[in-house]
Amino acid sequence: MDVPPLRTAVTILVGFGAMMSLAAGMTLVERRLSAFIQERYGPNRVGPFGLLQPLADLIKFVFKEELLPAGANPVLFKLAPALAAIPAMLTFAAIPFGFYDGRPIVVADMEIGVLYILAIGSLGVYGIILGGWASNNKYSLLGGLRASAQMVSYELSLVLSLVAVLAVTGDMNLSRIVLAQDSLWNVFTQPLACLVFLVTMFAETNRHPFDFAECEPELVGGFHTEYSGMRFALFFLGEYIAMVVMAALMAVLFFGGCDVPFLAIADTPWWAGALAMLAKTGFFLVLYVWVRWTLPRFRYDQLMWLGWRVLLPLSLLNLAVTGAWLALSGPAGPGGAH
Amino acid sequence: MASLLAFLLFAGLAVVCALVALFHRSVVHSAFALLGTLLGVADLFLQLGADYLAMTQVLIYVGGILVLILFGLMLTPPDRRELRPARIFLGLAVTGAGALLFLTRMDSGAWKAAPLQELPDLANQASPTAEPIGLAFLERDSWLLAFEFASVILLAALVGAVFIARRRFRVDDEGA
Repeated sequence: MDVPPLRTAVTILVGFGAMMSLAAGMTLVERRLSAFIQERYGPNRVGPFGLLQPLADLIKFVFKEELLPAGANPVLFKLAPALAAIPAMLTFAAIPFGFYDGRPIVVADMEIGVLYILAIGSLGVYGIILGGWASNNKYSLLGGLRASAQMVSYELSLVLSLVAVLAVTGDMNLSRIVLAQDSLWNVFTQPLACLVFLVTMFAETNRHPFDFAECEPELVGGFHTEYSGMRFALFFLGEYIAMVVMAALMAVLFFGGCDVPFLAIADTPWWAGALAMLAKTGFFLVLYVWVRWTLPRFRYDQLMWLGWRVLLPLSLLNLAVTGAWLALSGPAGPGGAH
Repeated sequence: MASLLAFLLFAGLAVVCALVALFHRSVVHSAFALLGTLLGVADLFLQLGADYLAMTQVLIYVGGILVLILFGLMLTPPDRRELRPARIFLGLAVTGAGALLFLTRMDSGAWKAAPLQELPDLANQASPTAEPIGLAFLERDSWLLAFEFASVILLAALVGAVFIARRRFRVDDEGA
């Protein structure tokens, strides 16, 4: 499929801008919404309603001093924040935000989009492990260690829950997965997979109630204890972009992406589709914040218990049931493309 | 030209990181160097037009196995017994046998290396490989048996992991 180069250039620029604005906006939403939940005001002085607060934060981060702890490995210490932020940014390239002119609005319309997001997204944990290890600080090291254990425990359930969705859709291309949900969203055919994905998506982004890598009562700041200034901001940015990508992936895989309810995708104007996609992504982003400021954090053994004893058997069961259903419904079923 | 440069860059990354992984004194450094090697190999797959293989390589080796190795390293105290002559000899013998096998086979048939200047620009003319791979796995006279065998083993490993997790927790509950 040949896409005009100008269109690709515009998509990359707009996509990068949208990703950065969504992540920056999320920092403000998080602070304002947490303040609302705790009956405070939150940042409301910089610009109207505090809208310019992310910009003020950026200026502050740029001008802060970068500290290098004594005994830290200088090369790896500086490499870690970049390793945390870049994979998150790369995964955004595969998210389709709608259809314009019959083609998906996406930076790279890959045949293996789901696999790409999972593979590149799994690189983000190295930033955390590396930062924790190179800081030469016991709290940081424990944070990195926890991140790796959590990653191993939850990645499995995440992938298994997605395999069931891929089996139903019979495709790994994200924009065609959206098209396949034109009449019926995957959340209705795969409710269990959706539930498992919802839980693991919090664990994958190291967000509360799974934020053991930076859990402040036990580990000070966990892997980013020793980081300051722009390097800390890069960790932060990586986490928020990963949240945006996971929320968007949730919308694409289970909630029809740019599909407006009761309207065929082909009949929807492109801006309405993009708005629907943004609204769905926004809902799950707000859910991240909502959960963080509502639920208490798990205990570490509870985290492992949930991952290995609940989520893994659930996703295996879901895959088995899906497989049986597809086999019984015969080659004419949704997965029987051949 | 661009593809040759990219090949040299990523092949170089893979080789240099592999050497660091072999010879660095700190095992954690070695493990992080392995990250570069695995990513370099994934990029070589991409340049050969094997998009599915490249992504699977990153997902499984980088996203799974290497994280597990790092996790294991961080929990493991240094083991002086690794330095006993018998162990070193065993390691050298196994590696030597592997290298010998590879070197004697390298020049024959499918292993034959292509000369550098003939490197085709496969990445830009490649068609998606996920579908042919999937079909080859499920065709009766190609890889069906190997595929089913591997999936049964992996499923057994998954069920075993769940079983071990459940059993250990039950013992803990009784002890409490």
